[in-house]
Amino acid sequence: MKLLRNYINKIKPNFEKGGKFEMFHSTFDAIETFLYVPNTVTISKGAHIRDTMDMKRSMIVVFIALIPSLLFGMWNIGHWHFLAFGEDASFWMKFGFGFLKVLPLLVVSYVVGLGIEIFFAQKRRHEVNEGYFVSGFLIPLIVPVDTPLWMLAIAVVFAVILGKEVFGGTGMNILNPALTVRAFLFFAYPGWMSGDSVWIAGMMKKGNEVIDGFSGATPLAEAAAGNIGNMPSKLDMFLGVIPGSVGETSVLAILIGAVILIWTGIGSWKIIVSMIGGGLIMGLVLNLFAANPYMELPAWEHMLLGGFAFGAVFMATDPVTATQTEKGKWIYGFLTGVLAILIRVLNPAYPEGVMLAILLMNVFAPLIDHYVVGANIKRRLKRVKVKS
Amino acid sequence: MENLINIFVKSIFIDNMVFAYFLGMCSYLAVSKTVKTSVGLGIAVVFVLGITVPIDYLIHNFLLKKGALVWLGERFVDVDLSFLSFIMFIAVIASMVQLVEMVIEKFSPALYYSLGIFLPLIAVNCAILGGSLFMQQREYHNIAEATSFGLGSGIGFFLAIVGIAAIREKIRYSNVPPPLRGLGITFIITGLMGIAFMSFMGFKL
Repeated sequence: MKLLRNYINKIKPNFEKGGKFEMFHSTFDAIETFLYVPNTVTISKGAHIRDTMDMKRSMIVVFIALIPSLLFGMWNIGHWHFLAFGEDASFWMKFGFGFLKVLPLLVVSYVVGLGIEIFFAQKRRHEVNEGYFVSGFLIPLIVPVDTPLWMLAIAVVFAVILGKEVFGGTGMNILNPALTVRAFLFFAYPGWMSGDSVWIAGMMKKGNEVIDGFSGATPLAEAAAGNIGNMPSKLDMFLGVIPGSVGETSVLAILIGAVILIWTGIGSWKIIVSMIGGGLIMGLVLNLFAANPYMELPAWEHMLLGGFAFGAVFMATDPVTATQTEKGKWIYGFLTGVLAILIRVLNPAYPEGVMLAILLMNVFAPLIDHYVVGANIKRRLKRVKVKS
Repeated sequence: MENLINIFVKSIFIDNMVFAYFLGMCSYLAVSKTVKTSVGLGIAVVFVLGITVPIDYLIHNFLLKKGALVWLGERFVDVDLSFLSFIMFIAVIASMVQLVEMVIEKFSPALYYSLGIFLPLIAVNCAILGGSLFMQQREYHNIAEATSFGLGSGIGFFLAIVGIAAIREKIRYSNVPPPLRGLGITFIITGLMGIAFMSFMGFKL
């Protein structure tokens, strides 16, 4: 280990100002801080707040929280693939199949996204930020497993450049980059993003015949079509043994992630709780009208379906694009939940509404903040006047 | 009643003037620098649309449409004045905008000065004329429907301009690449907001 440290110290001057490779400074910096804790300290003047919680640390916690969903998703992909083609497979075969299916998505997402990130960091002379580590990990979890890699690459290019870098990089974007990827794919290549066959690996390929009577429809699609009876059992939906994109199916794995996020204080519990509350209330309101079988679906079952749990825990809580004020978080989460269920049930064009609901609320989050801050200022001004 | 609510909601979200038809871009881009002025302009647009659409509805149905003049007598059943609709609609809009301008100048001079030239320019705001022309094209059945359409479109415009103003206030200190600062980034934001507003496309009301 010491050898590596010494080597880095030796080549470091080349990358500093005036060195031979000055233009690659941010890449070097990224690699160095990835390997070691940087030894730069603030000068010993004035008061300092010391906290171990830098961006790298908080990003790695989200990363860990996502791992249960990823591992379960890999197994689930294999499980449904072998089920669809009527083959028997052991646990490890299923897992291995899913692993090989998901790995290219992950690699493409990281290589393309980080490549752009590093390019921009170099060009605009800022540091390579850790923000993309989480986005790049989220992207494979929310797209159908058979998405062609070139489509994914185009979507990542779009989301990272137009969704993030033009605003000045990590922390400045207004839309969640992972969801931008998903939305771009959804509107640009709808045939690959929705329908009954995209969720099972191998079903989109011509000539691959699934066994008789097998339909790859997600429970959400069954519910939207009114076939409530065809939906899998609640336990299956909770555990996640249902077709769907890689990371979103298992509510159990997402709950493990949620516990990690809330316990470490990185995900805002206010947003998660209020989004679930909003979803439940909207579900109950729809139950009141109950014009079709889908509307009669018990409100709490909506929490198990589709991407609601995943969206609430990992997407809506994105600290950059969500509201920043504490009161605003309640409003933001609540409206996201309401809209998600509303779009899901009432809009026949989209079977799932969570993605678009979160994007829409991302757009209005600054407005909510603006008025919450304005109200705070007004309240405090009143207090001042009373005293004097 | 249900019909009225449907038209209202539809014109706010689904047929949003800005994100579905990209109308009224000039004032949308120019006045959205701060939330305060954009609220002022938004309210002015709501007001103007809410008044001009019903008035134009009356004009269209009792003066301009083919056979609309039949109340003058049987001789007028074939008269079709709809070629005059552009000029009539513009006249109504211009006079309404004049009214709004006078009201704002009287009650909120600060807002009047911050809106500047864009207040009289509402008169040629395509969203407003667009409102009247959509009303003509979609053939609403009565004046209540036309009014709820006008108010809904105005509120849709209001939401759009206030939303983007808040975002622009937020990114004021972002490190946007120099060539994109100002209008460039605003166009990109508008496009991204349009993607988010796609969530309402396809709602059946």
